[in-house]
Amino acid sequence: MSYLELRDISKLYGEGAAEVHALQRVDLSVEAGSLVAIMGASGSGKSTLLTIAGSLEDPSSGEVYIDGRPLASLSRNGKAQLRRQSIGYVFQDYNLLAGLSALENVSLPLELDGVAARKAQASALQTLEDFGLADRAAHYPDQLSGGERQRVAIARAVVGGRRLLLADEPSGALDSTNAESVMRLILAACHRGLAAIVVTHDAQLASWADRVVFLRDGRVVDQTMPLEGPEALITHVPNQ
Amino acid sequence: MSIRHALLALLSEGPKYGLQLRQEFESRTGEVWPLNVGQVYTTLQRLERDGLVESDDTAEEGPQKGFHLTQEGADELAQWLRTPPDFSSPPRDELVIKVLVALGLPGVDVHEVIQVHRRYLVELMQQWTRLKEDESRLDINFALVVDAELFRLDSLIRWLDTADGRLKRAAGGAAAPAPQPFPLPKARRKVGGPE
Repeated sequence: MSYLELRDISKLYGEGAAEVHALQRVDLSVEAGSLVAIMGASGSGKSTLLTIAGSLEDPSSGEVYIDGRPLASLSRNGKAQLRRQSIGYVFQDYNLLAGLSALENVSLPLELDGVAARKAQASALQTLEDFGLADRAAHYPDQLSGGERQRVAIARAVVGGRRLLLADEPSGALDSTNAESVMRLILAACHRGLAAIVVTHDAQLASWADRVVFLRDGRVVDQTMPLEGPEALITHVPNQ
Repeated sequence: MSIRHALLALLSEGPKYGLQLRQEFESRTGEVWPLNVGQVYTTLQRLERDGLVESDDTAEEGPQKGFHLTQEGADELAQWLRTPPDFSSPPRDELVIKVLVALGLPGVDVHEVIQVHRRYLVELMQQWTRLKEDESRLDINFALVVDAELFRLDSLIRWLDTADGRLKRAAGGAAAPAPQPFPLPKARRKVGGPE
């Protein structure tokens, strides 16, 4: 079953002449364990789709289901709880808190959710270890490289067994080697059962995904077909 | 890919025989460019004719015949490494031509044509990316070949994105029809298949 499902989602901003259809009748489902990339130009509705999928914003019409539950049936507090416990967000500019160490940044969402500090920090440290960042746990964001900051941000997004990761241009500010590390981490988390959406205009980033969905003017216009085995490439490359 | 210069490069490490050259060529190029042993021998014969390599006179013709680099061969290799490939004039790029032709055709939505190619290129990139997924088993030469291919395909997609945006802006105030899902092909085209 899909962990995240968007059914017939539309989003309208403004009224009358200023009316903008940010999303129009979008259907999208993301299975647990899979990584979906959303590609589209600026203004195509990518970020709006992500905020609606993450319950940060309500659609004008249509339904969002997370783990089979319609978001519309949840109270404001219910949605907040869902966001704290099940959804992780990653942004281009990392959004780490400057006054907290890497470990404190990663354990913060658990502590905000009522997990005891010691337990939260143990869980955070384990996640940092999984991401090869244990030796950076005591560092503050300004002592980390851009690539390390984003890896800490991903650790924070998945800590405590969150099941849905929503990433908006997660490697937009990174060089290609660091961008690749970030996508490897996200893909590895998906292999452990996470459902993830990455929105990007960057094809190199999107190509890490199991499926790439193309947005244009607020509509899904296309998506990639299931992949052939990559071995096909090697035997088909012409011998020159 | 210049097989000629690749063989000179391999021989610059020391004398080698034909079969060994073939195996090393394939492993150094990430096994992306298969090479048949006939090509190796034909190339070696030409290199010998041109005085760039010499064969081991005592050995018989065949897979065990050894070759080594001459000084002329070493000079040729050094010069080739530092000579930039000719990028001075744009290639006749079939993708560019298709989009330009689509622009002038009545009843053809150029954005749909662009999207067909964009999707195909992204699918190819997904396949290449899968090949470097397991970092622990990633051979450095192979990784470099995969990176080169990903950047090449990426640059084509960026051009398509730019063309898409430029054409949309050029259409300006004209009321564009609402975008509809583009039709999917009935069967996925084979990689590297005929056009």
